[in-house]
Amino acid sequence: MRRKVLVCGGTGCVSSRSREVYDALESELAGRGLGEQFELKYTGCHGFCEQGPLVLVEPEGYFYCRVTKEHVAKLVDSLQEGSVYEDLLYKDPDTGNRVKTRNDVPFYQKQKRLVLKNCGLINPESIEDYLNAGGYRTLQKVFKMSPDAVIDEVKKAGLRGRGGGGFPTGLKWEYARKARGDKKYIICNADEGDPGAFMDRSILEGDPHRVLEGMLTAGYAIGAGEGFVYIRAEYPLAVRRLDIAIKEAREKGFLGENILGSGFNFDIHIKQGAGAFVCGEETALIESIQGNRGMPRPRPPFPAVKGLWDRPTVVNNVETLANLPIIFDMGAEAYAAIGTEQSKGTKIFALTGKIKNTGLVEVPMGITLREIIFDIGGGIPNGKKFKAVQIGGPSGGGLSAQHLDLPIDYDSLIDAGAMMGSGGLVVMDEDTCMVELARFFLSFTRMEACGKCTPCREGNTRLLEILERIVEGRGELQDLDLLESLGHTIIDTSLCGLGQSAPNPVLSALKYFRPEYEMHVKNKLCPAGVCKALLSYRIIEEKCKACGLCLKHCPVGAITGKKGEPHRIDPEMCKKCGECLKKCPFGAIVLAGGDGFGQGQSDHKRNHVSRTQALYNLKSGGRERH
Amino acid sequence: MTNSINEILETDVILVIGSNTTEAHPVTGYRIRQAVQNGKKLIVADPRKIELVKYADLWLRHRPGTDIALLNGLAHVILRDDLWDKQFVAERSEGFEEFKKTVAKYTPERVAEITGVEAGLIEQAARMYGKAEKATIIYAMGITQHASGTHNVMAVANLAILTGNVGRPGTGVDPLRGQNNVQGACDMGCLPNYYPSYQPVDDPHVQSNFERFWQAKLPQEVGLTVTEMTDAARQGKIKCMYIMGENPVLSDPDGNRVVEALQALEFLVVQDIFLTETAQLAEVVLPAVTFAEKNGTFTNTERRIQLVRKAIDTTSSAKPDWQIIIELAQKMGHFWQYPGGPEQIMEEIARCAPLYGGISHHRLEKGGIHWPCPTPGHPGTAYLHADGFARGKGKFHSVEHVPPAEEPDEEYPLLLITGRMLYHFHTGTMSRRSHLEELRSEELAMMHPQDAEAYGIKDKDRIVVESRRGKVTTRVQVTDFVPPGSIFMTFHFKETPTNVLTIASTDPICKIPELKVCAVKIRVPFPGQARRHPESFSCH
Amino acid sequence: MCVVEVKGARKLMAACATPVSDGMEVLTESDRVINARREILRLLIANHDLRCLTCERNGDCRLQDYCYRYKVEDTPYKGEVIEYPIDTNNPFFIRDYSKCIRCGKCVTVCAEINGAYVYDFMHRGFETKVTSAYDDTLQETTCTFCGMCVNVCPVAALVEKSTLWAGRPWEIKKVTTTCPYCGVGCQLKLKVKDNRIIGVAADRSGPNLGDLCSKGQFGWDYVHSPDRLTDPLVKRNGKFIKVSWDEALNYVAARFKDILNEWGGRAFAGLSSAKCTNEENYLFQKFMRSILQTNNIDHCARL
Repeated sequence: MRRKVLVCGGTGCVSSRSREVYDALESELAGRGLGEQFELKYTGCHGFCEQGPLVLVEPEGYFYCRVTKEHVAKLVDSLQEGSVYEDLLYKDPDTGNRVKTRNDVPFYQKQKRLVLKNCGLINPESIEDYLNAGGYRTLQKVFKMSPDAVIDEVKKAGLRGRGGGGFPTGLKWEYARKARGDKKYIICNADEGDPGAFMDRSILEGDPHRVLEGMLTAGYAIGAGEGFVYIRAEYPLAVRRLDIAIKEAREKGFLGENILGSGFNFDIHIKQGAGAFVCGEETALIESIQGNRGMPRPRPPFPAVKGLWDRPTVVNNVETLANLPIIFDMGAEAYAAIGTEQSKGTKIFALTGKIKNTGLVEVPMGITLREIIFDIGGGIPNGKKFKAVQIGGPSGGGLSAQHLDLPIDYDSLIDAGAMMGSGGLVVMDEDTCMVELARFFLSFTRMEACGKCTPCREGNTRLLEILERIVEGRGELQDLDLLESLGHTIIDTSLCGLGQSAPNPVLSALKYFRPEYEMHVKNKLCPAGVCKALLSYRIIEEKCKACGLCLKHCPVGAITGKKGEPHRIDPEMCKKCGECLKKCPFGAIVLAGGDGFGQGQSDHKRNHVSRTQALYNLKSGGRERH
Repeated sequence: MTNSINEILETDVILVIGSNTTEAHPVTGYRIRQAVQNGKKLIVADPRKIELVKYADLWLRHRPGTDIALLNGLAHVILRDDLWDKQFVAERSEGFEEFKKTVAKYTPERVAEITGVEAGLIEQAARMYGKAEKATIIYAMGITQHASGTHNVMAVANLAILTGNVGRPGTGVDPLRGQNNVQGACDMGCLPNYYPSYQPVDDPHVQSNFERFWQAKLPQEVGLTVTEMTDAARQGKIKCMYIMGENPVLSDPDGNRVVEALQALEFLVVQDIFLTETAQLAEVVLPAVTFAEKNGTFTNTERRIQLVRKAIDTTSSAKPDWQIIIELAQKMGHFWQYPGGPEQIMEEIARCAPLYGGISHHRLEKGGIHWPCPTPGHPGTAYLHADGFARGKGKFHSVEHVPPAEEPDEEYPLLLITGRMLYHFHTGTMSRRSHLEELRSEELAMMHPQDAEAYGIKDKDRIVVESRRGKVTTRVQVTDFVPPGSIFMTFHFKETPTNVLTIASTDPICKIPELKVCAVKIRVPFPGQARRHPESFSCH
Repeated sequence: MCVVEVKGARKLMAACATPVSDGMEVLTESDRVINARREILRLLIANHDLRCLTCERNGDCRLQDYCYRYKVEDTPYKGEVIEYPIDTNNPFFIRDYSKCIRCGKCVTVCAEINGAYVYDFMHRGFETKVTSAYDDTLQETTCTFCGMCVNVCPVAALVEKSTLWAGRPWEIKKVTTTCPYCGVGCQLKLKVKDNRIIGVAADRSGPNLGDLCSKGQFGWDYVHSPDRLTDPLVKRNGKFIKVSWDEALNYVAARFKDILNEWGGRAFAGLSSAKCTNEENYLFQKFMRSILQTNNIDHCARL
């Protein structure tokens, strides 16, 4: 058997120059006349992007990290000798031990890679590779079943939509199957909008045929003849690989007329989106495919009944579709054995933020946050404390340490005030300010609203403005109530998922980190030390040697002091440029949470009933609820 | 219209022929477009690439003046493919056998030759119309303003009867009337051959009824139509004309002849709101008031009678037309008394015009009523012929294609089509005195790019258009809106009085002039140095 | 604003887009609904040009109406307010987007009734604006100036130029009448102030169901044209001279009588008008037939 050298060609590794490594390996192997002995492949993503470029040697399974073209000569030496190139092996940061194979890396140990099974192991631009890995095998099975039986199987497997809402996939199909229409459509939603989430991209880049196989299964089940992949134009590599995959599948007869002699006709087109976040919402996505502005439609009618060009349409996310070959491969029962009571199978998370191992992880439903963050993710770097984790992207929610042992599934997350979303998982340490974080997420969603619903269009901006006020030290206690009531109204009155979830980061933060918010408005303090306006530079008297350096460098003359006396910074004059801190040779100057200036300035307003309120109360007999 | 406008939304297939609905009847155009948006089928038959073509399932671009051939061709295919309504034809029509013989000659291939429309398209259109559960035909002056206008209309009606598309909601034959109250003026007997409510003047019984009702002796013979009047005036047979609210100098064909005729009169009285081109030829001009300064009723194209309400008082000594006529009658020594004004006049109309028998201003306060409305308790009739045709059975008229009176030849190689545009109305006396003038203030004769190139004409160039009857100058808009070999002009602009070009040949039956087809030639006044106008550079 | 509470539903539902079903219980004015509406109104007025004092729609403004109804006097959201320049480029109406509440009614009427598809939402999020493609002037778009967008605008974002500073809404009399242009017979309301027409409002009672075209909506100002005939004219020596009604009518009557006596009815011909009312047309033919003794009567039915 030829040994294989697999170079990662996922976007992460490509940007850390894996292409150079591949090219160097190719010429090195050829130069040494080893081209026949070794099969060199450019694969999809392994998920451990932080360690890229990654090179895998099969069958030994040696897992080389951070490979550069300078390593190539020695790497080929080791290949020739059949030895291990120790320096490139993954080094466990805790133990300092080198780990030889991928499965021994802690990052992979608790994962259950089903959807991502092929990613990193096959050449995504070769249908042969996919076929050799068992690809398109389940189609034979599917075509032998009746469409209703296919839907039953998916229902039995308990598959739920991986795009966010977690709607039972089988049920969605059933609606579309029963709906009347001269044509029906399958849409693969590859408009991955959440910043930081890239599982859909990875699947399409690493194993595109798996998604096509899923679409074929879905198309057969509901009676569709045409499918669309709606994909972000910002994913050029995924678009290219998908395009190649579709062409290959057509050539091999997996797409087109009378597929595998089943009498079933199906073809797939790619539609590139222009990057509007809201187009990830299925009805806005449909509008976009139709050539209209991406604006959600009111539902009902749901797309399953009246979707693309008013015909029954199933919109499934990439990861959902990629699960289908697994279900039909292992059988619904075996699949349903994975996960929790209500959430079956695995879920891919994109692990980012203040965590040692960032990257894509596929884990069984029901795993705890602690396992993901500490066992797989390696915990928080630099000895900092875990503070919160934001799940579900900018419209998800932040969970605190009290949720670390929560088994993750669709319903537990909703109960906790977050959501599965597309699976972004941003870890925050103690240096993260929850007010600032919510502000950051809102500044994103407020620009992405489509503008249709007033509460979302106007309300998110007002939420943002209130948060800006708070981080700038101008917040008042009643602002917190305003945030809460406005946030709930936005959720209650918006048409689509964007508006219904945009206030989540604020609301969940208010729920779990309210004291931190109160510190900001009452004491004008940012405990995490992030909100610049709430910080002040102070000189620690005991440490100050009265050298006068700071005084000399302060551009606004805010520092006073005589020789031999500890210097002082006038907080009113200080412009917070930080020059003094940089110049102090004794570490006597610190940046610290506010000293309380301005504290209590709003207290007199707290019990003040505004004129408007008084008028309202008068007119309505006090019907106003607070 | 046999049916009402909003029934368009209920129909399955709409055939629009000879109507640029979105420009001439915009709100009806909205309905057609809405119907298409709701999934209804639209067939457009028009030589021009009108706005509706954009929404149409099929577009039949037939040569001007070949409507009968096209319609007979559609009937041919419907008969051949067995798509006709046998029961309806058997029970409610006559003359079918002869009709069948006539249209048998109109095979798609022959029709294709006459009309220039592909045979396949004709078949498709016939099947689309023929298979529809409910289909309606909408037409306007593109059908009627031909020497064969009456026959054109008959050919339209044949198609509807053949497929049983009459007498049900969402079906019918729907001519669109050009002006706000053409329908009403006809209903009121402003026609040479009818008293109010289409009672023939040559029926002695009718005549004696009206003599009794009006307490006056009445003439017996059928009168002259507007084009005949022009001839009679030129010949000195007519000495005196009384023109109320019309501008024949611009609106009637062969405008130069009209001017001659009016100048030949001994006495011309014109009653109008503006000193129109016609009024300038008058000896006496009587100032009238606008719709906003008087009460009364208009009857729209779907036979709906609606109130006109006085909104403002007249600030000059001008008077409503009804008041002027009454005063004139009194000066003539007749005891005309209508102290109740228009409301009282309508009471009189209701007593002598059966179609309006149940109409009163009081009833109309609650909203318009479609005639026939014979009694005060009658709800009005939104669609006609539900239980039978007025004449008993629907008659198939066997009509044959006849070429237009004047076709392009070597000397006059271009075909002139006239019509209307959205922003202006008729001879422009009203619309050109509004802000609409800012949108469009001059004629732009439409010419196909092919022809323009052949003549070396560019967009916005000035040309002279000349027919055997007269010539006008105009600027040009180069567009594929018109078919090659033809130009399209409106009659809205007095600076370019298009009707001096048109031919006064009329349909032998109803005397409608052939305004849609005549032959012209064009000249570029300054060949080689046709000046570009600054506007032509402001392109985007 | 149209949110309602449906018993059993997790969130409030948009009444305009939710089909009713059997047994559905809908609360249209529950506390939850009212609070949501108040919040939405507070958000709307937080980003709205609130110079109501001289606003053309003051007193005839849906935003005012709802704020009054739900007792929203002020907004707690004092933040960014987007100001747009006013577009006055077309002859008929202004576009003042600082007053736009982005309800999208103009988008709908333009696309679904007229079919011109001039308006749409532009930009995203807070900066969303309802406007023409590339923010062009309407002359550069497919606009046909039917003015239906002006008529559906609930606030003063789209206002007829002719009504600017012409009168407060409560001073304007609206008279329902029939359009004087084509044969469709659209019903419309003339807006009248001080015996002058200053604009047109929609009326839903006729065949047009409230829809209009450029002629009906904006083609009325000929009524006040300085070219209007004001006095009877008689031509003497090739020149028109103003005369009194008595003089004019006496002269006409005398000439008519002379010609009638000399030549009989056949020498007369009359053209009545498709622009005049039924009553006038009736009298005209009665005059021609019974007094001038001729059936030579026609009008431009064929033109």
